[in-house]
Amino acid sequence: MKELKLMKGNEAIAEAAIRCGMDGYFGYPITPQSEVLEYLMAEEPYKRRTGMAVLQAESEVASINMVYGGAASGKMVMTSSSSPGFSLMQEGMSYIAGAELPCLVVNVQRGGPGLGTIQPSQADYFQATKGGGNGDYKVIVLAPASVQEMADFVQLGIDLAFKYRNPALILSDGVIGQMMEKVELAEQKERLTDEQVAERCPWALTGKKPHRGHNIITSLDLDSSRQEKFNEKLQAKYREIEKNEVRFEEISCEDADYIAIAFGSSARLCQKAIDLCRAEGIKLGLLRPITLYPFPYAPIEKLAQRVKGFLVVELNAGQMIEDVNLAVKGKVQVEHFGRMGGIIPTPDEIVAALKTKILGGK
Amino acid sequence: MSENFDRPEIRKPENLIYSRTKVLTDNIMHYCPGCGHGTAHRILAEVIDEMGIQNDTIGVAPVGCSVLAYNYLDVDMAEAAHGRAPALATAIKRLNPNKFVFTYQGDGDLAAIGTGETIHACNRGEKIVIIFINNGIYGMTGGQMAPTTLEGMKTATCPYGRDISIMGNPLKMTELVSHLKGTYYVTRQSVQTPASVRKTKAALRKAFEYQKDGKGACFVEIVSSCNSGWKMTPVQANKWMEENMFPFYELGDIKVDGELVK
Ligand SMILES: Cc1ncc(C[n+]2csc(CCOP(=O)(O)OP(=O)(O)O)c2C)c(N)n1
Ligand code: SF4
Repeated sequence: MKELKLMKGNEAIAEAAIRCGMDGYFGYPITPQSEVLEYLMAEEPYKRRTGMAVLQAESEVASINMVYGGAASGKMVMTSSSSPGFSLMQEGMSYIAGAELPCLVVNVQRGGPGLGTIQPSQADYFQATKGGGNGDYKVIVLAPASVQEMADFVQLGIDLAFKYRNPALILSDGVIGQMMEKVELAEQKERLTDEQVAERCPWALTGKKPHRGHNIITSLDLDSSRQEKFNEKLQAKYREIEKNEVRFEEISCEDADYIAIAFGSSARLCQKAIDLCRAEGIKLGLLRPITLYPFPYAPIEKLAQRVKGFLVVELNAGQMIEDVNLAVKGKVQVEHFGRMGGIIPTPDEIVAALKTKILGGK
Repeated sequence: MSENFDRPEIRKPENLIYSRTKVLTDNIMHYCPGCGHGTAHRILAEVIDEMGIQNDTIGVAPVGCSVLAYNYLDVDMAEAAHGRAPALATAIKRLNPNKFVFTYQGDGDLAAIGTGETIHACNRGEKIVIIFINNGIYGMTGGQMAPTTLEGMKTATCPYGRDISIMGNPLKMTELVSHLKGTYYVTRQSVQTPASVRKTKAALRKAFEYQKDGKGACFVEIVSSCNSGWKMTPVQANKWMEENMFPFYELGDIKVDGELVK
């Protein structure tokens, strides 16, 4: 049964995981996402609900490698962490991408570098969208802007992960993770049986079968020409993802002269900034990338043909702006406004930035 | 000898005393002649075969000379990052409790970069078999010092011999994990003679039987030679191992049925 609840973003992730029939969660505490593991441990889905395994690992290195193992056996598995922990997972992410395994990873970002701060940030954009670990690989990146999307993207993320046999990442931040909102929770799904898993994932480690040779999960090939062929296959998959999976939202863009581009919590702030601007007669719109990889280059390029300027708003020093610039190709002015170190700007600051950086000169 | 193979009156099932197990593939092993890995693979495969669990076994071999073990062992297998096999195996076993799950790890892998994963998987009592090949050196990367390298032993990164005052002490990982509550069976064996091969095979069998009964982590160390890394002939290497490795890494069971026996 669907259910309406007031929940924290992190709790919504955990509840959605149980409801979508996730087989396993492996994680390590870190602020501001510890509620995911705490919620799951309190729910005890392994005893009281679906039989989903939940384990507090000894480190994020272990968590992501547990995810690797679980995914290798065809199960639906996930982990969550925050920035320093997500950094520790990069080797595992690279192996999982290289072994073409589906899994869901959540990064509820905090400020860096290093131990940084426990306050919200979006400074892991590069790490999430441009690699993070070694080698040429891509991770499907979803950026929720509400508690509802925290819940919804668990199902979406794991579906995309299985569709492409590729890790999917929910790139959230401390605001969305900690804030409480109304959320409509999906109906409880049954977990797949071992037989269903073997059928769904003929490549997985489910025990050698009479009709197939032994399955091998590896990212290793010492033969360079075969390794290059494999890389070409990966790249072809990424082109396919770029063709099919771009998701974005446009708010008040139809008549806009200026466009803010922002994801996650920044997009929420920009929504308020639109109201403030429009009250003053400034026609501001918002394009919110929902998938950060694949990035919505085409819709931004289209907007660049008719608007006067873009303001990229991020909780970082300017990361997504590089992708926006790739889309706009110098056609109109692109400026950045960001706060760092865990500071969240007010909508007024965004309006002021628009005025000084883009409107001011004219 | 080949003439005998052509004589059908001799090639009868009742005359068969030994044959290669079907759990080993036909692939030619890349291991150096004299290396212990090949023998360890064979007896592991034989145990899986004799227990009739080939279709229910999932193995994990991480980085190290045995990273390609999946080419030789005809069971479903994953290659893991350096040191991480026990983490993979933890999840595989917990999500597939009816499968037999083992890791096959070198000493650099298990006792250096993967120490954390090893200790915690053992301490949680994961119902897996950990096979630990201790050759006192990093074979795959060309013979550098391992955590298990003996005092005074020369390697590429301690060319004048391991100096304890600078490089620390050789690590007895097996004794260490035997003190963890989660381990059920801990033993140290070797594969350099027919008798030792038989003993090790029995130990592996025991470990897998324990897993069948849902007991805790079973840890089988195999002290093994890396004649290439040690820069010796296979015969010299076995002799050197017996004279130098065994006095420090004493063979035999350390923990049986969850009780320390040493
Ligand atoms: C993260 C990482 N660091 C270093 C290496 C390089 N490396 C590969 S195998 C190995 C050591 C292998 O030694 P051991 O585990 O003892 O196995 P052996 O080859 O002796 O069987 C090292 C350091 C790697 N592959 N990954
Ligand atoms: S380098 Fe050493 S461990 Fe590796 S295959 Fe050769 S003898 Fe065996």
